[in-house]
Amino acid sequence: MKSFDYIRAESLSDASKAMGDGAQLIAGGTNLLDLMKLQIMSPDRVIDITRLPGLSDVAPYKDGVKIGALVSNSDLAADPKIKALYPVLTRAIVAGASGQIRNKASTGGNLLQRTRCPYFYDTSMACNKRAPGTGCSAHGGAGRMLAILGTSDDCMAAHPSDMAVALRALEAHVEITSANGETREVGLDTLYRLPGDRPDLETTLAEGEIITAVILPAPVKGSVQSYRKVRDRASYAFALVSVAAVVTMDGDKIDTASLAFGGVGVRPWKDAQVDALLHGQTPDQALFAKAADRLLAQAKPHPEAEFKRPLVKRALIAALREATGLAPATAGTDKTRDAV
Amino acid sequence: MKTELKVNGQLHTLDHDPRMTLLDALRDDLHLTGTKKGCDHGQCGACTVLLDGRRINACLTLAAMHDGCEITTIEGLGEPENLSALQTAFVSKDGYQCGYCTPGQIMSATGMMDEVRAGDPSHVSTDLSGDVPFDDAEIAERMSGNLCRCSAYPFIREAIAMAAEVKK
Ligand SMILES: Cc1cc2nc3c(=O)[nH]c(=O)nc-3n(C[C@H](O)[C@H](O)[C@H](O)COP(=O)(O)OP(=O)(O)OC[C@H]3O[C@@H](n4cnc5c(N)ncnc54)[C@H](O)[C@@H]3O)c2cc1C
Ligand code: FES
Ligand code: FES
Repeated sequence: MKSFDYIRAESLSDASKAMGDGAQLIAGGTNLLDLMKLQIMSPDRVIDITRLPGLSDVAPYKDGVKIGALVSNSDLAADPKIKALYPVLTRAIVAGASGQIRNKASTGGNLLQRTRCPYFYDTSMACNKRAPGTGCSAHGGAGRMLAILGTSDDCMAAHPSDMAVALRALEAHVEITSANGETREVGLDTLYRLPGDRPDLETTLAEGEIITAVILPAPVKGSVQSYRKVRDRASYAFALVSVAAVVTMDGDKIDTASLAFGGVGVRPWKDAQVDALLHGQTPDQALFAKAADRLLAQAKPHPEAEFKRPLVKRALIAALREATGLAPATAGTDKTRDAV
Repeated sequence: MKTELKVNGQLHTLDHDPRMTLLDALRDDLHLTGTKKGCDHGQCGACTVLLDGRRINACLTLAAMHDGCEITTIEGLGEPENLSALQTAFVSKDGYQCGYCTPGQIMSATGMMDEVRAGDPSHVSTDLSGDVPFDDAEIAERMSGNLCRCSAYPFIREAIAMAAEVKK
């Protein structure tokens, strides 16, 4: 690890002021320290935000819930409001990492964790995300973990977060606070950039901006929510593909469906056309297959990630079968409750 | 820089480089070598300790971030003459072969049992609202952050189930 100055921020403005070139915030540290040990990231200032006041609560906010950026992944998953009203978020979190890591990992840090692309991790290889302009070693290389949606010639790295996939299905916003104390709220589609020709620029956060909260809109009453993750081993592995679904029914037809996908996108993936295609339809296998085909219309898999097409299709079908009641619910599928 | 840690009930003041992880502070500065370094990247669980009562990987956090915090390591759990229920269960069920992962397994299981008692859900819990069953599937899922290179998993799970019975 390269040496750095350790700065413990006592206030948000303290932290913002210390930010800038060469600085990194640290929350749980479970991603940043891993990357610093490998010298993939080597900040000269590390700003500890874990003692900032007021960022550790899950509290009612407008019609929904506000989650402080420092709330741990474990506490968020176990929160009674989240389990009852937004169960897909609980399910996505407990499908990721390990008990130890979730106890440390923060809401803000989880959103901003870096990709697990093997070439990003291998400092002896070219990688446009880690070292801009050096090229992308995934061309002609190993492709199993790569994204198939939103990729560019310069980068195919997948976004690794499970939590963020559920947040996209729930249409969550992030609250961002700037150095002068002003806040703005943006959706995850605005927070995360597509790689294009600058895969090193991953978010739209400006210098000195800190994620202070995640905001969940009003709960989707009477919905069934499902998170389905497929990985190389039964636990403690990143997603090959994952599907988050929030579905309401009107009689025997689908009223609303909000789907999001992990493991396949350069950012937690959502496609409004997929949701629209399901709206008002009678759920059946053919409809679900059509939704998957719509999702995959623009997919450009690396040859070794070609398997993700049929895999995400099957995962989508399986998740929707449970969410619409065509198949009995298994662990991962929950009906929201009316109150906490 | 200076950091004060309360480890197994005893206060220590460390004078250290900011780069020092909690794991290296415990092993190299405080000579508490029961906590093991396996991967140093959060992938194996050998370094599991309790931080203010909750299990974490000591390799993925900085000592500097824990000024004033309480740490419990395997040395603080019990002594040869006075073992914790989990330590006793690991001995009687042979929950190890080489023993390298064992301190991490026991610290992790100690934290995990509290999580189950609090009703925290896991990936295999069928119901998010109710009590969590303490069955083999739950134990396996909740312990997936602890690898055992000798693959003593069946006996590790038996030992944890046995300790849970004792605690009831
Ligand atoms: C072995 C292993 C397995 C894992 N498996 C999974 C998995 O299956 N699924 C999954 O989703 N994740 C997995 N993870 C990743 C884990 O979820 C992340 O490491 C964790 O969520 C990061 O949170 P943190 O608070 O520790 O972030 P940190 O490491 O503290 O920070 C990460 C980044 O976010 C920035 N940051 C932190 N907080 C803020 C803020 N409030 N505002 C702005 N920037 C901020 C930091 O500057 C840093 O760049 C795994 C990790 C490990 C080590
Ligand atoms: S040494 Fe910390 S998890 Fe492996
Ligand atoms: S007993 Fe040898 S690693 Fe677990």
